[in-house]
Amino acid sequence: MNSFPWLTTLLVIPVVAAVVVLAVPRRFATLAKQITLVVTLVEFGLALLATIAYEPSRAGFQFAQKYSWIRQFGVSYSVGADGISLVLILLATLLVPVVVLASWDEVTGPAPAAAARAARAADPGGAAAGPAAGVVSRRSVPAFFALLLVLEAGMVGVFAATDVFLFYVFFEAMLIPMYFLIGSYGAVKEQAQRSYAAVKFLLYSLFGGLLMLAAVIGLYVVSADQLGTGTFDFATLRQLDITPGVQKLLFLGFFIAFAIKAPLFPFHTWLPDAGAQSPTGGAILLVGVLDKVGTFGLIRYCIPLFPKASSYFAPMVLALAVIGIFYGALLAIGQRDMKRLVAYTSLAHFGFIAMGTFALTSQGGTGAVLYMVNHGLSTGLLFLVVGFLVARRGSRDVSAYGGMARVTPVLAGVFLIAGLSSLALPGLNSFVSEFLVLVGTFTRYRALAIVATCGIVLAAVYILYLYQRTMTGPLVGEQARGVLDLSLREKIVVAPVVVLIIALGVYPKPLINIIRPTVTATFEDAGHTDPAPTIPVNASQAGGHS
Amino acid sequence: MSAPPTAVLAQDALAQSIQGTIDVPPIQYAALSPIIIVFGVALAAVLIDAFASARTRRLLQPPLAAVGFAVAFVAVVLLHGRRQILAAGAVAIDSPTLFLEGAILLFAFLAVLLVAERRLDSSGGAIVASAAVTPGSPGATAARTSAAVQTEVYALMAFSVAGMLLFVSANTLLVMFVALEILSLPLYLLAGLARRRRLLSQEAAMKYFLLGAFSSAFFIYGLAFLYGYAGSVDLGRIADAAGTATANDTYLYLGMALLGIGLFFKIGAVPFHSWTPDVYQGSPTPITAFMAAGTKVAAFGALLRVFYVAFGGLRWDWRPTVWTIAIMTMVVGAVLALTQRDIKRMLAYSAIAHAGFLLTGLAAANSDGLRGSLFYLVAYGFTTIAAFGLITMVRTADGEASDLSQWQGLGRRSPVLAGIFAFLLLALAGIPLTSGFTGKFAVFQAAVAGNATPLVVVALVTSAIAAFFYVRVIVLMFFQEPVMDGPIVVTRPTLTYAAVGIGAIMTLLLGVAPQPLLDLAGTAATSGFVR
Repeated sequence: MNSFPWLTTLLVIPVVAAVVVLAVPRRFATLAKQITLVVTLVEFGLALLATIAYEPSRAGFQFAQKYSWIRQFGVSYSVGADGISLVLILLATLLVPVVVLASWDEVTGPAPAAAARAARAADPGGAAAGPAAGVVSRRSVPAFFALLLVLEAGMVGVFAATDVFLFYVFFEAMLIPMYFLIGSYGAVKEQAQRSYAAVKFLLYSLFGGLLMLAAVIGLYVVSADQLGTGTFDFATLRQLDITPGVQKLLFLGFFIAFAIKAPLFPFHTWLPDAGAQSPTGGAILLVGVLDKVGTFGLIRYCIPLFPKASSYFAPMVLALAVIGIFYGALLAIGQRDMKRLVAYTSLAHFGFIAMGTFALTSQGGTGAVLYMVNHGLSTGLLFLVVGFLVARRGSRDVSAYGGMARVTPVLAGVFLIAGLSSLALPGLNSFVSEFLVLVGTFTRYRALAIVATCGIVLAAVYILYLYQRTMTGPLVGEQARGVLDLSLREKIVVAPVVVLIIALGVYPKPLINIIRPTVTATFEDAGHTDPAPTIPVNASQAGGHS
Repeated sequence: MSAPPTAVLAQDALAQSIQGTIDVPPIQYAALSPIIIVFGVALAAVLIDAFASARTRRLLQPPLAAVGFAVAFVAVVLLHGRRQILAAGAVAIDSPTLFLEGAILLFAFLAVLLVAERRLDSSGGAIVASAAVTPGSPGATAARTSAAVQTEVYALMAFSVAGMLLFVSANTLLVMFVALEILSLPLYLLAGLARRRRLLSQEAAMKYFLLGAFSSAFFIYGLAFLYGYAGSVDLGRIADAAGTATANDTYLYLGMALLGIGLFFKIGAVPFHSWTPDVYQGSPTPITAFMAAGTKVAAFGALLRVFYVAFGGLRWDWRPTVWTIAIMTMVVGAVLALTQRDIKRMLAYSAIAHAGFLLTGLAAANSDGLRGSLFYLVAYGFTTIAAFGLITMVRTADGEASDLSQWQGLGRRSPVLAGIFAFLLLALAGIPLTSGFTGKFAVFQAAVAGNATPLVVVALVTSAIAAFFYVRVIVLMFFQEPVMDGPIVVTRPTLTYAAVGIGAIMTLLLGVAPQPLLDLAGTAATSGFVR
């Protein structure tokens, strides 16, 4: 099983499918959707098979493949999976079909034929002006799904790359489809804000990426000095002995890029804009998966490559993380725009993830990786539900809602599950990871863990306050009476996510079994052993607290 | 023009004249064949223009130029591996030279495709029917719609290309100066040949000529100082003299600075860049493409040769200056591009910023830097020709839609064309999987290895600034609704399609599989310039 090129297959399928989908004429939009759905489901199936084939007990990268790409720069096409990247690939491939189904009807503007008819009716004589007017607000459905597929390939690639150059290529190349998703398919009526959000997203990420490029080049030059020939191979770079001063500079180059991407506290301002203006599917992938690239980068690249610098900067990162937990939560409480609110809750969650990572204990790290998956599920579900609400009422403003539970009980129930997962209710998935993060932090930084725990209270405030304002109380707005509850398609969309939220809350062991050996090995290689006395993490016990 | 042989052979001739005989220096015609072929094409084009009928001229000239450039390119390929000094020390042939010559010929070929396109304008292409007609006079309207074309454009281009080929292979400063004039004078004329917006075009030609003349004066002034210092205009001898430290170094530094000004002017480096936006905007767009790609390669090639060969031993003296100029060029180019409303002016400022990025390769002052610069020049040339070629296709009733606001919503109306343009812009911004990224990576990596890390950090920050204005065009094209009386995209201009297609495909290929070209550039850089 392990000789099968799982990762390359996972990379190639969406790219090929994207080309096919793009070639579908606009009038067969449904065909494009169906192709995309089938392909993404197949992709998820393959990722699941790869997970089964993965052997957690074996050290190092599995399913590894390596071919020389640009010999002069020492760049190779080199992919491989470890526990951390595998679960994130699984998350990404799970969320994409969910997003495809959720976006089924969202993209379409006025149907081409109808628009052309309308144009002709409005201007019977003007044959020249007719087509132009018909084109105006139409959005290409195949292009949307092609962008999703390209994005999926980018996400798989960024997690699977084991060559720093290749990682950088995916890291940057992935921005482009997301940029078009926000800019071309985002909030329909707010053209100016939409472009602004798209450009802000792209420029923030590019700026971070370019800083990382400087560090990547620096790393290459260091490797050339030490080994004779420069290389970008991750496993080789790990063996380098970099002087602390250089480590700190290179660490900062990578860290700032990841902190913008994640985003951590002072680099976060693009997230609420991008989150609010994205189409629902885009927002789920943006916050659910793309932002994980930042947190993934911290644990995959920053800590193993620059162990000394990681220890040196750990207090700074932890401080930023804790500030993020409170700052994100407080801003979330104050938001009136539901999508922005969800985006700010993510800022708080990313604080937890960064804290768990930079506590530099195996529990904290395991918790952080599990947190990435759980956050993808819970925030993904929140964005889905908010997207359903907005699609029904056309407003993101909290005050436009109230008492929705009376007319849409199923939707309200799903909303509650997503919210409770987000605030880490025991029994739901996020609790396990949040608990592990806090325990892991506590063994090294007691005060910090205690302070961060208070952040959970704020999480309860923003979620329950949001739920109370939108779902309970008297019904706001006359037109709210006619609002329909979740359709069958929408129920199918939320079902797998809800099931996983509950299942992973009760029994997270399979994931932890995959994640934990990699995290432990990563930290031990970097010289961060858990402080004595270590508390043995038994996954089933941790889950058993529920 | 009796000066060059006397000066070139100053010492040899002196020695020989004492004995009373002058040997005829052997000329290796085969090794000079690319230059000779292009000169031949140029002269043939002049003859055709003089004797053939207007219709024959229009039919004959474009294929002649295209085939001529292609044959010369084949000659360059056949010469690969040659490494010698020819024609009594006047011309050098080595791997970097051949690389640059090949690039120039490729870009000239693509530019001919753009110039020869006649389906874009209702009347007949981007080149004026009769350049001598006063703008605004009764004849001007007739000239604009006339099917006639000033076919001298091909002869001028061929002369200019020949000058470029000679410029990158000149082994003495005097030959380099002659080549500079051969390449520049036709360009001044070409800049004034736009069919529409005649006044703007003539203004461009005038500005280019005046400023170009100044820069030539600087060049020859520097040449004089260096001759005074080294007693020779031979690049190798100047390097030898600079190594011995017996002469008065003031002349050396003065000469180096003045010569540098002449060369930096041609690549459009700040503070010698002020001609670039006006000339790029006013020239016929195919000619702009030709200048942006070809002239940049030629000028950079000569710059690299002068700084690596003649001043190679002085790198510690010139590096601070090159650093300063590189930083100024990148920053000014990127920041001023932000404020542009005209797409050709924006690309002109982008060309300035790219000259700055290229200078980081020079500032690296190592073999990797040379490799990076060579690769970057080719990568940038293809992208920029495709971009300008694409601009020629987006038109309104009175010519190209050069104002940025007219590009609004183009992505909704012509998704493929706008998609290609967006791709080219992303390449110029240096996004991975495009040639722009590979090129930038190559020069930046060399610069870091050459201890120019601060310069690279500035370059990366500038890249982020530059990304903004490229992205702004994408926003305009894709995220905004089309305007009602927006530009029309001309369909089926075959030759333009070909040029844009080749440029775009190369941009992608050099981003995804840059290995072969990097190999070629790497071999050229390792063997280095011949002395």
